[in-house]
Amino acid sequence: MSAPSAFFAAPHSGFDSLRGFLWWVPRAAVLGTLAFVIFGPLANLLIWTVAERWYFPHALPIDYGFSYWGRVFAPRGNAVQSLIASISIALFTVAGSLALAIPAGYALARLKLPLRGLVLLAFLLPQAFPNLPVYVNIARLFYEIGLNGTVLGVVLVHVTHGLVYAVWIASAAFSAVDRDLELAARNLGASGLKGFADVTLPLAAPGLMASAIFVFLESLDEFTGSYFVGAPDVTTLPLLLYSAGAGGNYQIASITALLLLVPSIAFMLVVEKFLRADVLAKVGQ
Amino acid sequence: MRGVFAQLCNTEMMPYDAYLTLRSLDAGYGRTRVLEGVDLSIGKGEFVALLGASGCGKTTLLRTIAGFALPSAGSICVGDRDLTRLPPDKRGMAMVFQSYALWPHMTAARNIGYGLRLKGWRREAIAARVAEMEALLGLEGLGGRKPSELSGGQRQRVALGRALAVDPDILLLDEPLSNLDARIRLTVRHEIRALQQRLGITTIHVTHDREEAMVMADRIVILNKGRIAQLGTPQAIYTRPASAFVAAFMGAENVVQLNATCSANRVDIAEGPHNRAASLTLGLPAPRSGRLEARFRSEQLQLSRLGDEATDDTSCVELIGRVEAVVYPGGQWRHTVRIGKGSVLVDAAEALPPGSDVLVRVPTSGLFLFAAPADTPSGPPSAADGPSPVRDRLTA
Repeated sequence: MSAPSAFFAAPHSGFDSLRGFLWWVPRAAVLGTLAFVIFGPLANLLIWTVAERWYFPHALPIDYGFSYWGRVFAPRGNAVQSLIASISIALFTVAGSLALAIPAGYALARLKLPLRGLVLLAFLLPQAFPNLPVYVNIARLFYEIGLNGTVLGVVLVHVTHGLVYAVWIASAAFSAVDRDLELAARNLGASGLKGFADVTLPLAAPGLMASAIFVFLESLDEFTGSYFVGAPDVTTLPLLLYSAGAGGNYQIASITALLLLVPSIAFMLVVEKFLRADVLAKVGQ
Repeated sequence: MRGVFAQLCNTEMMPYDAYLTLRSLDAGYGRTRVLEGVDLSIGKGEFVALLGASGCGKTTLLRTIAGFALPSAGSICVGDRDLTRLPPDKRGMAMVFQSYALWPHMTAARNIGYGLRLKGWRREAIAARVAEMEALLGLEGLGGRKPSELSGGQRQRVALGRALAVDPDILLLDEPLSNLDARIRLTVRHEIRALQQRLGITTIHVTHDREEAMVMADRIVILNKGRIAQLGTPQAIYTRPASAFVAAFMGAENVVQLNATCSANRVDIAEGPHNRAASLTLGLPAPRSGRLEARFRSEQLQLSRLGDEATDDTSCVELIGRVEAVVYPGGQWRHTVRIGKGSVLVDAAEALPPGSDVLVRVPTSGLFLFAAPADTPSGPPSAADGPSPVRDRLTA
């Protein structure tokens, strides 16, 4: 029983058309609820970004305006600083994880390593344990060696966190490159490194790009580790969002959230374009 | 016996100096041994085909020569240079892969010019050489296309151009024709052979197609289970197969069991339930007396009704059987003749109806005799995974 067939049947039988109509009621209800669940909070967030004054019992803000935007982007405002901090930490994290993931992913894809599955699984470990105790301990350790409150410390935490995506996707990307393509380059006189640079790397680039984007987004959104290792010296956007939200400053929190949302959505669109099905099929293999 | 024969071929067919020499080469993956004790010498400018069924080790042998896999024992030399442990980029060989392995992110021209770029040629010199290759291979105007925009035949030629552009010492061809459709394949065979002769490049060609090996190669190496079963000119292998395996692989798939007493070149075949007595003089040393496996092709046989035979010629093996089926694959009628428990295929100009009792005469020139393996079933042993004559005829 599907809606189109009900529509086609409509001219012939009034009963069918009624049944078709009735069938739409629960569907519309489910879809409507879903849309509300997804877009309701987003709409609320968007309204908060332009609300000057909004309090109970008003259903909508009393005054609209962009004065909070001015405050967020003021030269001495925290938001710009934490935006810069967040993006530079994310970029360092991407660089760090790719520097590790390219050789590791290549080795996992090409070499006949014993316990290959176990190695792949090991990268998942930082995610396997509850975050909080792990980061509390990391913070204690970093404090002893002076890494607490430094950008490097936060980057290190983000790298361990992002490495699982980076290594798994990189390994899949390298597996998807036909070994004969590399051998053809070796055969014509390319050294191992030259063949890798000329053939393997360009062909794996879309997959590596996707893994870089995942790591970037993970780093941009990461809260727990940044909080324990970075705060209060290093303030990333999520930390700012947290303190603004906790302080009841919904405008600042909403604008920050919007700033975090934009790269996420943009990158998801790019990832969808870059991550081909044949690479995706090899993730974790 | 096989060893003796191979030795014979070696001295007989090799009047020139060896250029590429393999000595007792062993190779394998993990614990499985794919190649065992391969000895092979190839002269400069020679075209050698490695022929065998799938899994016989021919591709492994080629990849070991190319340096993609290291042998577990033995040595590979070119001239007086030992290449055994050298990486693939230091061997001066160029390979055409079965999949062509063209780089999808480079244009055809960049693919062809890659080897030259590695050699540090100047841009104009590379462009000139690429244009030359494109002209040679009929790829004019296609240099700007990516491999995905080329047809199978064009890709194959780009792959060949990429290998030839660097002017390699040795050209390695890994079944480069197997992905082309049958009609193109026939012309490309001759094109590659003509090109190889013109350029005088030492070439090793891996194939499972007997006819391809026969028309392209100066010499054929037949591999079976990682060992060289026979080595010689196409004609030598076709007319004097050294073992039952080679005979079957070269199309002599009809097999019957005979009892005979042999001495030097003479074979006296005892009368059996399905054959008459005969005494033959062979051009080769005869096998041991006792039970023999006789192999022959379906061509060049005489088929006649029993009782109609023209002469009583004892220099042929005469088999008595009954026609089971007749088909017309083109050219001649192909009869399936039941002889005892097995059956053979016999081509004849005229069709005899099924059910006829017939006499099949196998002339000495087309008969290959081998000592029967100890526990042979009396039916026709399956010809390993060699090509079946019917399939060959239909695709030729």
